[in-house]
Amino acid sequence: MTKNVFAHDASLYENRFPVEGGNFDKAGQVSSQIKAILKRMKLSSEIIRRVALVSYESEINIVSYARKGHIHIQVKPDYVLIEAIDEGDGIPDIELAMQQGWSTASQRIREMGFGAGMGLCNIKNFSDFFRISSDVGKGTHLKMVIKIDKVFDGI
Amino acid sequence: MDLATIVKALGLKIRHGADLLDRNVTGGFTGDLLSDVMAHSSEGDLWITRQIHQNIIAVASLKDHAGIVLVQGNEPAADTLEKAAKENVPILVSDLSGFETAGKIYEILNVRGG
Repeated sequence: MTKNVFAHDASLYENRFPVEGGNFDKAGQVSSQIKAILKRMKLSSEIIRRVALVSYESEINIVSYARKGHIHIQVKPDYVLIEAIDEGDGIPDIELAMQQGWSTASQRIREMGFGAGMGLCNIKNFSDFFRISSDVGKGTHLKMVIKIDKVFDGI
Repeated sequence: MDLATIVKALGLKIRHGADLLDRNVTGGFTGDLLSDVMAHSSEGDLWITRQIHQNIIAVASLKDHAGIVLVQGNEPAADTLEKAAKENVPILVSDLSGFETAGKIYEILNVRGG
């Protein structure tokens, strides 16, 4: 958490939540925590809805495909920045991974209703800015910005 | 429309949330793909699904659903009930198919008015 709310780019809230790869028992916990925090900060329900979706899909991706990772969230006066950074196999063909319906999920993951090939598309659709980069054999980095409109969403 | 009216009309079995039936149901959503539910369902929806595992609770809670209806007599897993209690998510069971369950709930919400 920072401090100087008068500085232009000061964080009103900042935290880094670890996410365990492969552990579906805990999947969604980080997103629930983030949602509760934003609710306490009195962000608009529209912003909370979008941040919750973006963080949930990112969290599920780490659980489904990576060894471990974390979600880093920063709430600034004008936007929420969400980053999902993982250590895992990475994505060899990002263009393919971004295609709706394309997935490398195992049968086990699909049976639970995950791995439908919608996650990255959802993240992109619900963000104002979205960037994905990946190193094969190392991991993947997602960066999303959701803008806060002072009139409609003002904190 | 409160949840209690729907529970009574369809004869739903209450697996969690007997004390939460005064919740207002403003719509419904049917889906078993969690990303689809995340993207397209709304706050106040009654979510109809045949997924019974614990991850449905996080989805319903993140989306502020009025509750979850499991179809075709499928019972929730034990850890699903534990999480439902923690997150205050009503879990109901319908013996009808997903199609019939959704049809009846749709009728109640749209004919009798929400």
